[in-house]
Amino acid sequence: MSFLSFAWNWLRAAHQWQGSDGIPVRILEHLGYSGLSLLIAALIALPLGVAIGHSGRGAFLVVNLANAWRSIPTLGLLVLMAVLLGFSALSWLIPLVVLAIPPILVNAYEGVLGVDRDLKDAARGMGMTPWQILLKVEVPVASPLIVLGLRTAAIFVVATATIAAEIGLGGLGRYIIDGLASQIYPEVAGGAALVALLALAVQVAFVLIRRVVVPVGLRMRARSS
Amino acid sequence: MIWSYIPANAALIRQLTIENAVLGIVPAVLGLIIAVPVGIACVRWGWLYPPVLSSTSVLYALPSLALFIVLIPYTGLTDTTVIIPLTLFSLCVLVPNVVDGLRSVPEPVRQAATAMGFGALRRLVQVELPLAIPVIIAGLRVATVSSISLASVGQLIGVSSLGYLFIDGLQRDFPTELYVGFVMVIILALAADLVLVLARRLLTPWQRRDARAELRVSVRPGTLGEGVVR
Amino acid sequence: MPRVTQRRIARTRITQHGIAPSRTKHFRSRLLLTRGAVLGVTLATGLTLAACGSTSKSSNPLKPAGAKGSVVVGSANFPEDELLAQIYTDALQAKGVKVTTKFNIGAREAYYPQIVSGTITILPEYNGALLTTSVDKNSTAASTDQVNAELRAKLPPSLEILNSSSAQDKDSVTVTSATASKYHLTAISDLAPNAKKLVIGGPPEFRTRADGLVGLKKIYGLTFSKFQPLDEAGPITVSALKTGRVQAADLFTTDPSILINHFVVLQDPKHLFAAQNVTPLVYKKGVNSTIIGTLNAISAKLTTEGLLQLDKLIGVNKENYTTVAKNWLTQNGLS
Repeated sequence: MSFLSFAWNWLRAAHQWQGSDGIPVRILEHLGYSGLSLLIAALIALPLGVAIGHSGRGAFLVVNLANAWRSIPTLGLLVLMAVLLGFSALSWLIPLVVLAIPPILVNAYEGVLGVDRDLKDAARGMGMTPWQILLKVEVPVASPLIVLGLRTAAIFVVATATIAAEIGLGGLGRYIIDGLASQIYPEVAGGAALVALLALAVQVAFVLIRRVVVPVGLRMRARSS
Repeated sequence: MIWSYIPANAALIRQLTIENAVLGIVPAVLGLIIAVPVGIACVRWGWLYPPVLSSTSVLYALPSLALFIVLIPYTGLTDTTVIIPLTLFSLCVLVPNVVDGLRSVPEPVRQAATAMGFGALRRLVQVELPLAIPVIIAGLRVATVSSISLASVGQLIGVSSLGYLFIDGLQRDFPTELYVGFVMVIILALAADLVLVLARRLLTPWQRRDARAELRVSVRPGTLGEGVVR
Repeated sequence: MPRVTQRRIARTRITQHGIAPSRTKHFRSRLLLTRGAVLGVTLATGLTLAACGSTSKSSNPLKPAGAKGSVVVGSANFPEDELLAQIYTDALQAKGVKVTTKFNIGAREAYYPQIVSGTITILPEYNGALLTTSVDKNSTAASTDQVNAELRAKLPPSLEILNSSSAQDKDSVTVTSATASKYHLTAISDLAPNAKKLVIGGPPEFRTRADGLVGLKKIYGLTFSKFQPLDEAGPITVSALKTGRVQAADLFTTDPSILINHFVVLQDPKHLFAAQNVTPLVYKKGVNSTIIGTLNAISAKLTTEGLLQLDKLIGVNKENYTTVAKNWLTQNGLS
């Protein structure tokens, strides 16, 4: 039996789609945990990244942050929070937010930093105030990298939310962890398949977000370079 | 924090660290071995690059635990089940870096090599690849650190690593054990990172050390506007 | 000059004058995209087909193939069982038996198939739980003797149980003292009128076990509002119970947290949880009389109070399994 046949047989059963342990509920839970964490991380990291990039200082800090955050073991962080904080929302929220902040911050920093000086000079020449330059020139020009940072953070948040089932969280990871505990591979396979599909759907969503948020000219420039 | 835990369990911690190191370094090295020829092919036949990039982007978005699960029917509950997905993740990071590195070799340098009589292969090995080393090593750093950290997730399917300290620490309600595991993973990852930085300095003595340039090199937009900070 | 170099110089000239490349750029990128899309689809199809490929392994991929060898002592994924396995290991090694260990495998669903196939030789088991979980889901045996009689009759031929100790550590349905007074609870059956309002928590495998959620429904007729999967009766379960995120939970009866937090273990008049004496389970072909004698001697010395003490040492004092095991063996004259 292959992975796909296990998963397909499990997904086909009608009762998987009903009840509080059903697939729609778990998908919504997973999106909820991921979305909330991403939002909070963005609220913290975007202004911070834009500010640091605008000031042009802090390269050392950002470089080291970019390298160091990848070394954080996600399972370890989740379990640590669970043991210290017990069965509470913060046990999963803090790790998810902590893991989402660095990619958003580093990419926002790099995006704003990379804005052409000539553009800023031209804007200043047109009489824009520093705040207007920031909001009307620097941030839009940095938007491809900003969206990329959010998209990268989304990858990690969706993946970590899956693992968080180990500390009692709901979401699609539940099928994997519960199936492993009860040794029911079809459930494990079904859960893994759903998580993979959800991750891809989130990526597609970000491609659409990019289309909406990033100005047309920048998108075309990126494509032809 | 019960400090006596550390000397009392030094042998266990050492063994788990070694297992974790293997599970982290092998995928990065395998990824490099595969990524260099793939990257060279993508530079030589440019039409290969967009689909390869798309495939790796798709692959990179998948949670590691899901990929471990996918492999269980084929490779069982063994180290291989963890190493293969981590190798694929390393590939996702390294192929764009190899391509970028090779493409970033200035055209005048390539022409100078040709003018000196270098054939395509010799130019590749003696000129282009060495110049691409900083970018490739930047990607290798990301791949190695990520692999070492993700290897601990393999404990959920019973593949032994420092992740054992997380699971056991949870079961025993033992923060000390959790701190030790957490810190050891980070130390291991950052040590590997340091080794690679030193390797780069050794291999490219002509490069001036510059923090800003380092950031440029590690956060590098690819041809489809994708960064390497993943 | 060689033709290759001629061509190269010619190409360089074209690039310099910006003729060929820029005009064909737009066309080339379209071609790239089409070729890229075709290759992408081919790659994706190829990978999907690969994933569809089947294997000739066992029908449950989570069960590894058996491998015989030296004496292997295994344990479940909770501290008490790991400590008992350590005690078995140390005692056997003291008697000159060569032992390899495989601790913290998982729940019984994970390790039971491994001892049936002989991959593991010895396990510290709990007779009642073993019976209802893995041997006979419909068993109604309650006392130690009844449980052991059924086990001896129904275990697969490759396995046997040795002497049970008097020490018991049972699964339970436990509530906080506040919940107990609020709903007037002394026994599991008292949950009947209010179960629909309550959330019950336990390890993930509790959901499917005969002496878990399934049994609570079958034997006591209880349907809870929700089952919250937690950890193996560990800190997350204790925290969830304490904070009221679950109103009832499966805790192990020798858990020090019960006394520390003044939890109330509900009585079990209908014997959902049969007697759960610590009993060595062995793979017959892997053990000899020395091993059997050593393990029976351990069972003789183990009591519930002693087990409670051991759990306190590793659970509260956070002492090492190896230290605690050695001390216990020395104190009981078994080292």
